Amino acid sequence: MAQMNMIEAIRDAMDITMAKDPNVIVIGEDIGYFGGVFRCTDGLQDKYGEHRVIDAPIAEGGIIGAAIGMGVNGLRPIVEIQFADYIYPGFDQIVSELAKLRYRSCGEFFSPVTIRTPCGGGIRGGQTHSQSPESIFTHVSGIKTVMPSNPYDAKGLLISAIESDDPVIFFEPKRIYNGPFDGDPDKPSVSWASHPKGEVPEGHYTVAIGEAEIVREGSEMTIVTYGTLVHVAIAAAEATGVDVEIIDVRSLSPLDITTITESVKKTGRCIVAHEATRFGGYGAELAATIQNDCFYHLEAPVSRLAGWDTPYPHAFEWQYFPGKKRMVAGIRKIMEAAA
Amino acid sequence: MTRESRLHIPQPAARPGDEPDFSYLHLSPAGSVDKPAVDARARDIEYLSHDLVRVLDDDHSAKGPWDPKLDAEKLHTALRWMLLNRVFDERMWQIQRQGRISFYMPATGEEAVSIAQAMALRHGDMCFPSYRNQGLFMYRGVSLVDMMCQCLSNTRDMCKGRQLPIMYHSKSGNVFSISGNLGTQYPHAVGWAMASAIKGEDHIAASWVGDGSTAEADFHYALTFAAVYQAPVILNVVNNQWAISTFQGTAGGERRSFAARGLGLGIPGVRVDGNDLLAIYSATIWAAERARNGHGPTLIEHVTYRGGPHSTSDDPSKYRPKNEWEKFPLGDPIERLKQHLIHEGYWSEEQHEALIEELKAEVLAAWKEAQKYGTMTEGPWLDPASMFDDVYEDPMGRFDGQRRRMLELEENGGDT
Repeated sequence: MAQMNMIEAIRDAMDITMAKDPNVIVIGEDIGYFGGVFRCTDGLQDKYGEHRVIDAPIAEGGIIGAAIGMGVNGLRPIVEIQFADYIYPGFDQIVSELAKLRYRSCGEFFSPVTIRTPCGGGIRGGQTHSQSPESIFTHVSGIKTVMPSNPYDAKGLLISAIESDDPVIFFEPKRIYNGPFDGDPDKPSVSWASHPKGEVPEGHYTVAIGEAEIVREGSEMTIVTYGTLVHVAIAAAEATGVDVEIIDVRSLSPLDITTITESVKKTGRCIVAHEATRFGGYGAELAATIQNDCFYHLEAPVSRLAGWDTPYPHAFEWQYFPGKKRMVAGIRKIMEAAA
Repeated sequence: MTRESRLHIPQPAARPGDEPDFSYLHLSPAGSVDKPAVDARARDIEYLSHDLVRVLDDDHSAKGPWDPKLDAEKLHTALRWMLLNRVFDERMWQIQRQGRISFYMPATGEEAVSIAQAMALRHGDMCFPSYRNQGLFMYRGVSLVDMMCQCLSNTRDMCKGRQLPIMYHSKSGNVFSISGNLGTQYPHAVGWAMASAIKGEDHIAASWVGDGSTAEADFHYALTFAAVYQAPVILNVVNNQWAISTFQGTAGGERRSFAARGLGLGIPGVRVDGNDLLAIYSATIWAAERARNGHGPTLIEHVTYRGGPHSTSDDPSKYRPKNEWEKFPLGDPIERLKQHLIHEGYWSEEQHEALIEELKAEVLAAWKEAQKYGTMTEGPWLDPASMFDDVYEDPMGRFDGQRRRMLELEENGGDT
């Protein structure tokens, strides 16, 4: 066991798969010689060479398009899109090509591309470096979408994604790259060094795509969330004293709905929480399905807690971010509604 | 007084009712354009992007340094495949007009591009086609029956009813799956070629877009990546003058050729007579040799004319003169190759007519065979549950309930 932060865990996943399979390559902006703006690919070019860790022109649509072609020719490309906010020029290539290729050619052609991209706010990134566009991708048939909340899952899920013959969008919540963040910006930052999920096995292991994890067991309420907000939910639950069960979705599509509905049937109350804007967001899918499957077990309406429906502001980041204060208020409101 | 707008709105030379006018096309006499060595630098051979590489002359002889000197057998092969492409398109057009298929796109007038390049490339080279490259699929071994079954979405449809007619694919033929989104295949070809280079293989990639699609970002991404990594790829622009109703000037073709698009990146451009099978074949061999020998990408513009409507949903009489193709100075690629064969003493009008009849019979027989696998109105039918297959390597769990519900509705008409 080694203690790693998420950046090291992600790098380790790429290192292990590259060592194992010469067809695994990495391509992206600033990822080669420099090692990536978040250092996720640091050292990989030294180890695997310029032909496998490829610095790309600033053209996300070109990077993804070229990666698709490489995948068709037997490579297993890992694409880094520097910020999720930059992924949109590649959107057509993801939606119309990467996601649809296997289907439209009835399995004759496919391209096993993994797209890694840092998402989320809380780093003073303003609207162009803070977005959480996951629901745009979960809506697309033909791709898988995952978002880990800790180093252990990051490594295991990334190895699964790279080894999968299906395309995977791998979102990395950048606020928790270096440590879990409980949503209180005034507290000193915490590292992964003393966190149990910062303990990462050496070598190859996988976390299966499509499995949620109960990260805190409870009996009075379920919070269904993922990414940075997993840690906010834990802190909020502890602050309220309510016996909250917290589920880290991890894999947004495919979704482990069974783990979620079993929990909500047990607790009878549910908050769905994410950092992304609320309207038409991934939480709407969760809430609708939970309501449908758990209706006769519910003691209160399924509630959503999300970023406001505005662009991510720069100056008012902590008024925007669905932090501990809002989460505590949300938990209390649901408990009162049920009383 | 209001100032007149200085915004330039490109206009085609002729609209319906006007006399066709191709004076905007810069032509070079057959045989007049020099052929450089394959390792020439783009900046030293810029003339290739504005002159027009032609081999077949008006007197039907083959002229100049680009003459590939194909033997009679190769010439016969080329003529046969171009004719098959045309006969097939004509039959499929009729079939669509009879309501037997939903949609079709003919390659009429552009057959030389697919056939010449399919012949010039090696089988291991990967093709990333556009929607008017049916000739590539034919030449690379996809049977007429399979192509027809695709258009019928029947039980033998290679796409299992998932794709619009003509969106073929062929893994065994090394022809990529056609997308309905324009230009997306261009960066795929570059990425495929990069992978070939990474793996140390000498296969190259080729892709095709129309003049209209050169305005798409994917075109420019592809050129950039091809230039940056010197990818072994041939990028083709089939300039057939029209993108549905949009003439090539609106795609930016008024001031410089499409072949010149790569020059700023150091990619040599070759502007070739797209109705001259010999010129296309020769330019493709040249570009392929460049790619295979590490000299990087080549952009080839094929100057041709879309002889038919864009698709069965289009009516070109609304936006261009009816007789424009007749006046196109580069003629008809099939007629030109036929005349060349006759000129060389390899062919006659009688043989030509007989070949057309033979191909018509072949296509008709294929159509009869294809219908046995189902039509739009008669079975056998594809299993609708197959719509849930191949979305992922393994179906997602949530598909189970949706598939079950869909089948229930199929069986009982929804009375549940």
